[in-house]
Amino acid sequence: MSRFSLGKWLLPLYSVLALIFLLIPIAYTFVFSFNSSIKSNIVWSGFTLDNWLTVCNDASVCQAFGTSIFVGVVATVIATGLGTLMALALSRYKFRGRSAVSLLLFLPMATPEIVLGAGLAAQFLSAGVPKGLGTIIIAHALFCLSFVVVTVKARVASLDPALEEAGRDLYGSSAQVFWRITFPLLLPGITAAALLSFALSFDDFIITRFNNGAVTTFPVYIYTAAARGVPAEANVIASFVFILAIVLVVVSQTTAAARRKRLEKLG
Amino acid sequence: MAFAAFGSSAAPVEQAPRKRSWIAFVLLAPGLAYLALFFLAPFVSLIITSLSTPVEFGDVGQYQPAFKLENYATVVEQYWPHFLRAFGYALAATFFALVISYPLAYFIGVKARKWPLLQALMLTLVIAPFFISFLLRTLAWKQLMSDDTPLVHALKALSILPQDGHLTGTAFSVIFGLTYNFIPFMTLPIYATLERLDTRYLEAGSDLYASPATTFWKVTVPLSMPGVVSGTLLTFIPASGDFINASASFLGSAQTQMVGNAIEANFLSLLNYPAAAAMSVILMAIILLIVGTYVKRSGTEDLL
Repeated sequence: MSRFSLGKWLLPLYSVLALIFLLIPIAYTFVFSFNSSIKSNIVWSGFTLDNWLTVCNDASVCQAFGTSIFVGVVATVIATGLGTLMALALSRYKFRGRSAVSLLLFLPMATPEIVLGAGLAAQFLSAGVPKGLGTIIIAHALFCLSFVVVTVKARVASLDPALEEAGRDLYGSSAQVFWRITFPLLLPGITAAALLSFALSFDDFIITRFNNGAVTTFPVYIYTAAARGVPAEANVIASFVFILAIVLVVVSQTTAAARRKRLEKLG
Repeated sequence: MAFAAFGSSAAPVEQAPRKRSWIAFVLLAPGLAYLALFFLAPFVSLIITSLSTPVEFGDVGQYQPAFKLENYATVVEQYWPHFLRAFGYALAATFFALVISYPLAYFIGVKARKWPLLQALMLTLVIAPFFISFLLRTLAWKQLMSDDTPLVHALKALSILPQDGHLTGTAFSVIFGLTYNFIPFMTLPIYATLERLDTRYLEAGSDLYASPATTFWKVTVPLSMPGVVSGTLLTFIPASGDFINASASFLGSAQTQMVGNAIEANFLSLLNYPAAAAMSVILMAIILLIVGTYVKRSGTEDLL
């Protein structure tokens, strides 16, 4: 076992270093949410919990956060609804122009965000639509749509057709088969797509920048504040969202693992 | 991952009766209408805007439709360094992200298979940056690399950085930021293909007296190409259009402006919509060209 003995240690070490590299700015953001600086949150000036306890003292941060949540939820509902229908059509039916539709869905993902953003802004400008909450939501739902289709399509493809056949053999109508068999089986895929949409929308800045008008989302708030120094309250909100998301991921992974174990026992 | 999913999900489609294809159109119609209205129509708007001309005696930001092709010549003449920097930085960032991501993805997808818990933990850490605002992450690097930090003092003490040198506001910091931001986009698709890699192929390689290095280059790398192609595209495309990292309030300076910065400034500050639109059209055309040839040459056309 002398072969590649260097690789035995080198590869794990390299991987750990790469992961640490990924985590450095996250740790920095988290640590500086406890900074007791008054003006700009750049130099460390002591530990405090105040930023966490009085996060909404400066209402603008929390308002921006609220706007981002609202935009994320509405855009996710639109994108998930439209995208799920499209995914079902693409994976369940053969029709002419199917590859054209796939290409049309692929293109938004291959377009740089700045081109999507500038294109929509040019469109709203020439149509005389004032920029605001509505234009942000339209833009977000657009770039989330393709990701929803991809995610749900992958789930449809992994379904066992025998389950639906069994439903039809038992004289289930096609509506019954869909709502009692197909849809529940698709739900994890749809949920994953919705979560992905929300995450994409929540963190989007480039497209929002071109279509926000006077509305401030959380990333827009940070961008505007960046020139003069972002207040620690923004770090608090970002850290809070981060912890929440990690908890969600861990919970979903452990429940999935538990379900797999239960199925293994049955089988 | 996104790109790979488009290719792979086509295979197991059930052949449905043809007469029911009207259901497909009913399902597709709302989404297609949305894409037509907010994706295709904006492209047309962008092209019309890029050819328009200022309204005579009008205010700043007032334009009327025309066929002014000079707009394109003007922006190329004025902003060609921005284009060069955009593609140069994006190429460098894609290369560094690949160098960092491939071993990481290989470890998680192949070596860590024996320990599912470790695999899940490492994957969670790879996607962890997605859960915290990317503007704040970029600002964190700016502050860690700014003058008067231990890092900069150490580099100066080691004479790696000249005494009057800076880390931020340079091509280095912009490429650094782009690389950092897109590592997860590179790691995940490569992981997805390596995770499915049948290790018996690797055993076959060593059974045939190939050295581990030969097995790696002749077996592992070709089999992971779809992931590498997806990852490089998912990194290169957004990186070339990025304007955050290169912006002066983040990691860049006036000397590092990319085409994204020029589009942003022209559209939102100078209200020179035709220039911004012309640059967007050029950027998109170059990217489509690069992506097309790249996907063809790497032999993974089924990605589309």
